[in-house]
This record gives sequence, structure tokens and C-alpha cells, in this order.
Amino acid sequence: MDINPLKVFHPSSAKRNGMWLRVLSLGLGLVCWQITSIFSGVEVFILPPPLKVWSRFLVAAQDGSLFRDIGVTFSEVVLGLIVGVTFATILGYSVAKSRALEQVLSPYLVASQAIPVVAIAPLLVLWFGYGMFSKVLICALIVFFPVLINTIVGIRAVPQAFYDLMKSLRASRKQILMKVEIPAALPIFLGGLRIGATLSVIGAVVGELIGSKYGLGNLINRARVGYDMPMVYVAVFMLIFLALGLYGIVARIEKKLLRWQEDK
Amino acid sequence: MRRADLNLNVLRDKNMSTQPILTVKNLSVVFPDSNGGLHALDDISFEVYPRDFICFLGPSGSGKTTLLRILASLLRPTTGEINFIHNQHPQIGMVFQQSNLMPWRTVMDNIKLPLELENMDESTARIKAQEMIELVGLNGFEDSWPRDLSGGMAQRVAIARALIHDPDLLLLDEPFGSLDAITRERMWTELSRIWQARQKTVIMVTHSINESLFLADRVLVLTQRPGKIKFDLKVDLPRPRNDDIRYTPHFGKLARKLRETIE
Repeated sequence: MDINPLKVFHPSSAKRNGMWLRVLSLGLGLVCWQITSIFSGVEVFILPPPLKVWSRFLVAAQDGSLFRDIGVTFSEVVLGLIVGVTFATILGYSVAKSRALEQVLSPYLVASQAIPVVAIAPLLVLWFGYGMFSKVLICALIVFFPVLINTIVGIRAVPQAFYDLMKSLRASRKQILMKVEIPAALPIFLGGLRIGATLSVIGAVVGELIGSKYGLGNLINRARVGYDMPMVYVAVFMLIFLALGLYGIVARIEKKLLRWQEDK
Repeated sequence: MRRADLNLNVLRDKNMSTQPILTVKNLSVVFPDSNGGLHALDDISFEVYPRDFICFLGPSGSGKTTLLRILASLLRPTTGEINFIHNQHPQIGMVFQQSNLMPWRTVMDNIKLPLELENMDESTARIKAQEMIELVGLNGFEDSWPRDLSGGMAQRVAIARALIHDPDLLLLDEPFGSLDAITRERMWTELSRIWQARQKTVIMVTHSINESLFLADRVLVLTQRPGKIKFDLKVDLPRPRNDDIRYTPHFGKLARKLRETIE
């Protein structure tokens, strides 16, 4: 039974219309921007029109420097995600399974949530240098907490009845992990990953703005110092696409793995 | 080779004094709590023979579920002994009050779970699961998700899952308690038919007199907490049983007897 009211009256033609409306809305926004920047009297330097940003993008894309920066930021974000998620998942699972460990670690966990990673990012850059390593670390730290919490909540939410069932069938520890705990915790875990993916982009940019050699954050700094405003906008848009792309990938994974949850 | 041994015993004629598959002696359970412990079961003793269908009947709070959890090794008794035949722990199939299906597995995958745990190869497991699906009458629902099943269908899947690995002992914990009255009565007939086909040793707990009489060979009545066996009734109704049997005078007489012993 379909109980989603938004879906009930959604034949495919309506879906297509929705897509067109979105494209139309975006196009209209761009037109408004173009008109504003030409007629509002605001300096082109402050608010360059979208067409100018586009042509700046084409130039930067042709000389290849843009892709080097995208590549660096992308690597930092993804590496940070991998490191952060790996540690958060392992620790989260251990904490979820052991009350004692939870007691031991909880002051640190709470503290780690209370410290805004953005605030200690300058320290991390100072300690670990201008290279990629400090950025990966910032990303990992930023990603760590939401994934940790969601892992703990996800594992704790596994119904006792499934453990009873598995034990009555004399399942091994590993079988319980693979066949019950992971699939049962997956929806909540993936929710944490989705938040983590966008946060990781923020972490990388913050790190790069503070001190870096390459990357989109660094590009923003360079362009700003050189009064190359269209380039700043190009970099911002690249970051938006990067964050959206990662979010989209996680959403795709969710959709594939959580098919059983979907309404038909 | 333990399984084969047990099956041999099952094949022997029930009337030829076979040994009990399960002996429970002086079983007591006390759950620790702040004021001296909660006495759940008190001095329970009984024997189960191969192919028996035994029903524990009692009000809620009589420790019925506790008893089943002990037999399934989910819980340890405080005192007393449980001996399985040849001192080996039997394979167990269990059906719970809720169907307990894993929502991320299809009907087929839920049913073959016990075989996966035994590391049976996929194609054999699927063939066996298909047989079970036919036995419980769910053809065509192999690839359905649990969320699309009615309560009765979900419980059929749970029964199929409990039987697929050919367990020595089937434990049923008020399996139809969450179903509506009409579906419940239909499931009695179904379970009776399935039991007839598979000839399993069954221990079931319930608080329904009709359910216990319709299904069991023997009904053991438990008292309020702490649960003690108060009455042991042999159900001499002919098999196979169908709906009509519930309206016979003999059924009524047995039901009355049970009713009188339950407080």
C-alpha cells in the first residue's frame, strides 16, 4: 500500500513536468542574476554576470589549472571521508557493543563533538603543514562524529528479537554481524554518511583557505587576492557541484542498498 | 551424524516405547531483581517423545515464554536439568509471537536463512526453500518483501523458516497471538496439516484453550507465577483434525476440563 501522499497522484508525465519546472526555475534565476548585475549599478567586480563567470570557467578549464585544483580538493574530501568513516564505524560498533567502553570513551566523544573542528583547523594546518595531509585530517575529523553517532544508534536499534532468532539457530558472532547487524544498521548508517559527505567538502575548503598549495579553497584565495572575481565564482560553483555529486553518489548507494524500504 | 540418529528415532513407531527426545527435571527459574528475585517457573518436569505435539497452556505471566526460551538455550535455568536425547543439543526451529522476518530479505531469502547459516550451497538452499514455500501455500510470493505481507502470510513465512533446516524440535511461542480470530483459526488447520506432513516434535505455548486442544496430543496447564504444571491432559481427539472437530461434544468436554483448571 502506498501511503506517501506526494506519490499517489504522480504519474510519470507529472514527474517529467516537475523536471522541466526545475530547469525553468534555474534558468530564470540565471537570467535574473544577469539582469541584476547589468542594471543594478553594482560593480561588475563585486557581482560579475553569469555569462562572464561562464567564460572565465571556459578559460580556466582550457588551461587545465582548474582541474588540478578540483582534483586536489576531491582527493582530500574522499580520503578524509574514507579515513573518518572507517574509524567512526569501527569505534561506533565497539561502543555500541560494550557499555564499559562507552563509559570510558564518552567524555572524549562528547568533548570531540563540542570542539568545532573548524576552530582548530588553523592548529591542524600549523602542525601538519600546507600539504594535503592536514586537509584530509580536518575532513576526517569533521566526518567522524555524525558517522560515529549514527553507527552507534544504528547498531543499538537492532531488535533483540533478531538476536534471539539467530541464537536459536546457533549462528556465529560473524554471521550475526553479517546477516543482522550490518543490514539492520545500514539505513541509519547511510544517513550519517550522507551528512558526512557534505561536511567533508566544508572541511577541505576550510583547511585550504587557511593554508594550502592547491585546491578550490586555495583557488578562491588566489583569485580574490588577484581581484579575479569571476574565478572566485567559478570555484564556488565547482564546490557546489562537488558536494552535490558526493551527496548524489551516497543517495544512489542508499537507493540501491535500501530497496526493501522503498514504497512501490 | 547426530541428525541421522534422531531421525531414526522419529521413524520408529511411537507406541514402541521409544526414549524421550527431551527430559526436563525439576526446572526452576528465578530472575534476579531488587526484592529477592522474580520466581518465574517452579519445579517443572516433563518428558517429550518423538513426534509429540505438546502444548503448554497458561495465563499470561505463567512463565510460558520463559520455558520456551530455556529450551531454545536463549536462557539458563536457575536450577534443574534439561536432557536431550544422546546428550546432544538438538537443532531448533522457533516461531515467535511476531513473525520476526528480516525486512531487508525477500520471502525466499527469509525462509532460507537457517540454511545459509549452515553454509549450504545457494542452489540447494533455494530448492529447499521453494519446497517450503509450497508447503505453506505462498507460491508466487517468493520475491515479495515482508512489508507487503499480511499478518497471516508473514507467520506462514516464519513457520517455513522454522522448518526448513529439518529441526529436531519445533518451538512455537504463541505463534498466532498477533493474528485476528478468523486468520488464527485458519492457521490452526494449516499448522495441523503441516505437522501431519512433516511429523515434527513440537512444543507450543499458548493461552488459547481451543488452540491447544485443536493442535496438541497433550496439554500441560501452567499456574500463575511461579509457573507450575497443574494439569496434564491427553488429547484423544482423532487425527487428522479439521474444523468440525471443534464442535464435537468430546472437544467441548475437554475444553471444559481445561477451563476449570485455569484460574
